[in-house]
Amino acid sequence: MSIPRLELEHITKRYPAVVANSDVSLVVQPGETHAVLGENGAGKSTLMKIIYGAVKPDAGSVRWDGQPVAIRNPHEARALGISMVFQHFSLFDTLTVAENVWLGLGKTASLAQVTRDIEAKAAEYGLDVNPSRHVHTLSVGEMQRVEIIRALLTNPRLLILDEPTSVLTPQAVEKLFAVLKQLAAQGCSILYISHKLHEIRELCTRCTVMRGGKVTGDCDPRQETNASLSRMMIGAEPPALAHRDSQPGGMALRVKDLRLPSLDQFGVALDGVSLEVRAGEVVGIAGVSGNGQQELLQSLSGEDRRAAPSSIELFGQAAGAMGPAHRRHLGLHFVPEERLGRGAVPTLSLADNLMLTRTESVGRSGWIDTGALKRQAQDIIARFKVRASGPEAPAQSLSGGNLQKYIVGREIDARPKLLIVSQPTWGVDVGAAAQIRAELLALRNAGCAVLVVSEELEELFDISDRLYVMAKGRLSPSMPRAQADVSRIGEWMSGLWDRESAHA
Amino acid sequence: MLEQRPAPSRFWSLASPVLALALTVLIGMVLFAALGKDPVRGLQVFFWEPIKSAYALSELMVKATPLLIIALGLAVCFRSNVWNIGAEGQYVIGAVLAGGVALLADKDSSRWIVLAILLAGIAGGMAWAGLTAFLRDRFNANEILVSLMLVYVAEQLLNYMVFGPWKDPAGYNFPQTKTFEAVTQIPRLMTGSRVSIGLLLALLGVAGLWVFLFRTRAGFAQQVGGLAPAAARYAGFSSRKALWTALLASGAAAGLAGALEVAGPIGQLTPYVPAGYGFAAIIVAFVGRLHPVGMVFSAVLMSMFYIGGELAQSRLGLPKSLTGVFQGLLLFTLLACDTLVAYRVRFVRAPATVAPVVKEAH
Repeated sequence: MSIPRLELEHITKRYPAVVANSDVSLVVQPGETHAVLGENGAGKSTLMKIIYGAVKPDAGSVRWDGQPVAIRNPHEARALGISMVFQHFSLFDTLTVAENVWLGLGKTASLAQVTRDIEAKAAEYGLDVNPSRHVHTLSVGEMQRVEIIRALLTNPRLLILDEPTSVLTPQAVEKLFAVLKQLAAQGCSILYISHKLHEIRELCTRCTVMRGGKVTGDCDPRQETNASLSRMMIGAEPPALAHRDSQPGGMALRVKDLRLPSLDQFGVALDGVSLEVRAGEVVGIAGVSGNGQQELLQSLSGEDRRAAPSSIELFGQAAGAMGPAHRRHLGLHFVPEERLGRGAVPTLSLADNLMLTRTESVGRSGWIDTGALKRQAQDIIARFKVRASGPEAPAQSLSGGNLQKYIVGREIDARPKLLIVSQPTWGVDVGAAAQIRAELLALRNAGCAVLVVSEELEELFDISDRLYVMAKGRLSPSMPRAQADVSRIGEWMSGLWDRESAHA
Repeated sequence: MLEQRPAPSRFWSLASPVLALALTVLIGMVLFAALGKDPVRGLQVFFWEPIKSAYALSELMVKATPLLIIALGLAVCFRSNVWNIGAEGQYVIGAVLAGGVALLADKDSSRWIVLAILLAGIAGGMAWAGLTAFLRDRFNANEILVSLMLVYVAEQLLNYMVFGPWKDPAGYNFPQTKTFEAVTQIPRLMTGSRVSIGLLLALLGVAGLWVFLFRTRAGFAQQVGGLAPAAARYAGFSSRKALWTALLASGAAAGLAGALEVAGPIGQLTPYVPAGYGFAAIIVAFVGRLHPVGMVFSAVLMSMFYIGGELAQSRLGLPKSLTGVFQGLLLFTLLACDTLVAYRVRFVRAPATVAPVVKEAH
């Protein structure tokens, strides 16, 4: 066997509250596409930051081409030939593609030279990018291509990709995979971080599974099934959801031709959005985020009150100008995608955070019954199995998944007539995600109308009765789940539903 | 090295002001030594003389009262992320209006005029702070700048009144009003001391603020806007209401303090009414952790610095600006010590690393 490109031996990294990596070992061969699979919080990102020199391990050693190295910073990592594409892009919106790449390269070459290099790389890998365009005019998929090209221009011998497909349409994922396979064939090693099992099985030739900071499996993903990978990742298979057909009842929410100019220059304008949600059904909105979902949700929740009053009807009442508290009074509860800072106040206790949307423990005069408030919080913690030290725990002390369970619990516990949830399982571990989905279905079965906005197609297929697709501030016609499949939804995600409905 | 704590330390959030005070004392001693004074004597003047007798203590309370009242109002502002830096101006306008009412009194006025004086002070402070709220609300003007600049406008207004229309005709052309009638004097708590009912009002304010902040939904809503504006929008708490509440409350408090001062210890309007209480109260508010009870302690401490500064002037021949130096030192060391609330210090040896074998990329 050849000398491994990268070897990690017994890496340990402790943070004050948690051991992020405990005795982790990993070997990457030249030309290998190596998956690192694990739930959120399993320690994948910390491990990658150690390789990239952004975090120093407490113990353990790193070997590169068989030689021991101590990578002290990303600059040294790049000098070795390690490149990383982060989940969150680091591009300047107001600069062009070429200028962004040029800044990242350290100005050894002229801008014109860099522009030629970008075009050459783009042609070599079939990455379609125009170097003179400004970044703010690019779609998310295109921005990712820029990041990848920037990484490729350093001629990496190891490319690290952190959850690269979470922002892509299914078609864009295919293109990305073609590029990665070409790279691997040329001898570049790839570390591919993900929690999406089918992608790993399609793309990778080796897989290291992590759980709770430890390595729990090392396998060839092509030989494994989703179930066996999932067992290694979470220690159990997620329970299957019991799904029965819906019996839609009365109209809960009707949006008619909602048009809103965007608030800032990087926002998305809503362009004639119409949708309906009835009692007793789960309606999903698919789409890559940044296509107007934020704006739509803000005007549905009442945080943005610019909509024409009659364009949003709640239970038959024109609600466009109502504030969030008024809408909540009518029975609309909302779970926003940002948990800390919007769904909950980070520094306040779980009990205090109840008062954002719940008023049961507040007397008529506005006096707070702190005992009742704590009991109420304790009930939610128990019912939704939130892992927290108690009602007094500050919201920021909870992990993302647990806080999400608490916030979803807070809104479900209010017995809403219409529940709107944005990204219900973002950053939530598989077990908690299954629990949240089951709760949403139970709510639907109890006759509540549920609207779910999510990027995860599988999740929407799992729980929705009908689906809309959002693209560029517009909303597609709705499609029953039975007729939905990945390729059709994927096409709609690019805004191409008019053609189809024209000759349908 | 500094390492982030998993959760803010409760111990250090209480110990940090104490450590800050200790550091202030230490730096103060160095300062005295550098000025060629006996550091022990200096400390004695600053920290012992103001509390060594009943009279000294009562004087301490006299100065602590306006500081505490203003700081209580400011705490509402700062907790809701409204940066009212102009309490001094609201204090001055409160004093001017209260003085105007006091000037209306004559020998036959009823004792109840005191109530009118206090209400006039409150109204004046609210109106002045309301200007800032209006400009912020209507035109999105920065409240820090507006409130600060209105301080100077307020001072000029006071100057105009005492140099012009309200100047005492029998005052040998000094820029001051006539001394207010005795009937306007804020009732004192006991004879032989200048402590007035203002102290009771301040303590009532402490209790009231505690209840508002920690036991009412309105107080909760008020603070969420400061802690997490997006969460306040999500909950549907009005940010405009929070802005107006914060500024009107702190304006009222500053105006009340102004009324208590002119109708109390000062007894007339002069260009020297603005004594910097409005600015010092900002430090009181922060050193007291914006907590009603904490601010009682910090108000007493700041009052001590005021008196200590005056004593240092008379006893040690040091400039009065020493007060400001000590106040600044305290705020500065507190901000530094607060790092310990969120971080802990960990002593680490530099790890003995093997020099990296860096091969050029090819």
